[in-house]
Amino acid sequence: MIENKTIQTPKGMVEYLEGGTGPDLVFLHGAGGVTADSPFLKALATKYHVRAPFLPGYGESEDNPEIRDMLDVTLHTFDVLDALGVSKPILVGHSLGGMVAAEMAAVAPNDVDRLCLIAAAGLWIDAYPVPDMFSLLPRELPEYLFHDVAAGTAMMTSNVSMSDPKFLIPFLVRNARQLGMAGKLLFPIPERGLKDRIHRIKARTVLVWGDSDRMFPAPYAQAFKAGIKGAELVSVPEAGHMVIVEQTPAVMAAIGRLG
Amino acid sequence: MKFTWFNLMPWPYLPDDFREKNRSVWVDIDSNLYDPVRGHVVYNDYLDLLEYADTLGFDGVGINEHHQNGYGLMPSPNIMAAALTRRTSKAAVVVLGNSIALYNPPIRVAEEFAMLDVMSGGRLVAGFPVGTSMDTNFCYGQIPALTREKYAEAHEMIIRAWTEDKPFAFNGRYNKLRHVNIWPKSLQKPHPPIHIPGGGSVETYDFCIDNTYSYSYLSFSGYLRAKALLAGYWDQVVKRNAPDTSPYRAGFAQTVFVAETDAEAERLYSEHAFYFYNRCLHVFAGFADAPGYRTVKTIQSGALNQYGRPEYPKLTWKDLVDGGYIIAGSPETVRQRFEDLIKGLNVGNIFLLLHVGNMPKDLCMYSTKLFAEKVMPHLRNMWPEYEDDNRFWCSPLAERAVPAPLGPDFAPTTQPQMVPAK
Repeated sequence: MIENKTIQTPKGMVEYLEGGTGPDLVFLHGAGGVTADSPFLKALATKYHVRAPFLPGYGESEDNPEIRDMLDVTLHTFDVLDALGVSKPILVGHSLGGMVAAEMAAVAPNDVDRLCLIAAAGLWIDAYPVPDMFSLLPRELPEYLFHDVAAGTAMMTSNVSMSDPKFLIPFLVRNARQLGMAGKLLFPIPERGLKDRIHRIKARTVLVWGDSDRMFPAPYAQAFKAGIKGAELVSVPEAGHMVIVEQTPAVMAAIGRLG
Repeated sequence: MKFTWFNLMPWPYLPDDFREKNRSVWVDIDSNLYDPVRGHVVYNDYLDLLEYADTLGFDGVGINEHHQNGYGLMPSPNIMAAALTRRTSKAAVVVLGNSIALYNPPIRVAEEFAMLDVMSGGRLVAGFPVGTSMDTNFCYGQIPALTREKYAEAHEMIIRAWTEDKPFAFNGRYNKLRHVNIWPKSLQKPHPPIHIPGGGSVETYDFCIDNTYSYSYLSFSGYLRAKALLAGYWDQVVKRNAPDTSPYRAGFAQTVFVAETDAEAERLYSEHAFYFYNRCLHVFAGFADAPGYRTVKTIQSGALNQYGRPEYPKLTWKDLVDGGYIIAGSPETVRQRFEDLIKGLNVGNIFLLLHVGNMPKDLCMYSTKLFAEKVMPHLRNMWPEYEDDNRFWCSPLAERAVPAPLGPDFAPTTQPQMVPAK
């Protein structure tokens, strides 16, 4: 059972999801956010005491115009952990959340000892430019996110009626809040200097990457592996950028390697 | 009324299959479609047309800023404005405008606009757009959710640079300057009049009202579709207790074609109208609104939905005319339509898109001359009660220097030649 809860931080109220028992695990979501009915969170909750805080602008987390850049988000996320009373959890981040988790581990290497980066953003390779995710039309997204594009499309378009203003305006508001926040870290190029700090990471690190990730393709996994001393790479077949949804058991097994 | 002859400076050689073979006229348009040899002639023609408008008595000649754009060849409007200061003598030079969040540091805008104001003898009308998402975010890489904060800081810096009489330190979030002390300063005091191009953001309404700036709606979809948006603006003018509802608080851009008869207008101009609406406005939807560029308040107002873009390629000449996207026809038809526009929108500043798409120079001059001689004089006195409202227009020097004549007559003298303003 995953519950929605809220907590106060110096930068405003934060909503988070909590469930399960076991070792502390904090999950940082990607640019699309995460919900209580996420099969991935449910799987995590079978083994761990999971908290998944929402970035400002996501869910009920307050928008905060004072959070502008990578350092702001990194320190804010440490504040969230403090507010939750969590110390040195297994830190898991997907995509944008992976970028934040990697920054936390680089900025405060003694405070993050187990790190799982799943299809993480944060690096840029000229030879493999990341797609311009902010100009993708909704109908174009599935091919970048999923290995099984048809199944992914069905998942993303259920209950969607863009022609209905009652649906459209809340959708656009949610998009503006969430992706407006994500854009502070990802627009126009999802790189904010991690390459200059990544060597500081001391955490035991597992990298998880879908073999068919077309958002951050395989060379990005290799770049993280090369940057983080001792990092272990788990490549997952038949999975795209949304590997957490497409191959949940494989991701669970990879996180399990962190003990 | 203030009539500004406005040129977007479109590239006139987009191929017939442009829509089919390209996803966007803007941002990632195929750069091979641009030919600088032809471009040399295109710029020359467009400057000629702006200068021609000056000779016909238009109140202003207008230009704007776009980037990586097949219908707007002016990444730097200030370069065009500088050229215009030399070969126009009466019209306001309306730069609508500089996207101030894109200049680093934005003091550059204060400097260049001051130069233009001094060069033109006080003929500058300045514009400060936030900029479209295409230009600001996708071409110039500004982070969407921070664009408005950066704009606000740039605006504060520019106004202070123009108006403070001692050097000052500016400790902004995006700009830190220890010594702000622009040189030269603007000729018009406290600063040139400012127009703000907007597209329905409620914040921009308030910004204009609070600062006594003119709100300009530069749409291409015509006056009938603009009514709701400008009604929203005028409601806000009243709600915010502005001292008046002077029509010069607002401006509107309108595509217009004039011929001897309505039928002649269709015959002469329809292909150029279709070129503009079908090829020039072919913008990839993914570039229209980077998430975070619009504020939540604006989205919640429902404005964007309400003013959504029509599907241009399906529109016939009759659709374009009947829907008010374009005003076209005989001088009498055009005059009547403009009266409706001016009264219906309550606007005093009109930006006339008399050059449209791939119109050749001679045809554009024909339409322009008819407008100047047979339409404009009849529309001059639409707002007699606000005749003296000079808050939103330039105040040139009464006597201004003129360039020395070129050619064999070139004879600079120690005493510059002067002409009276009007």
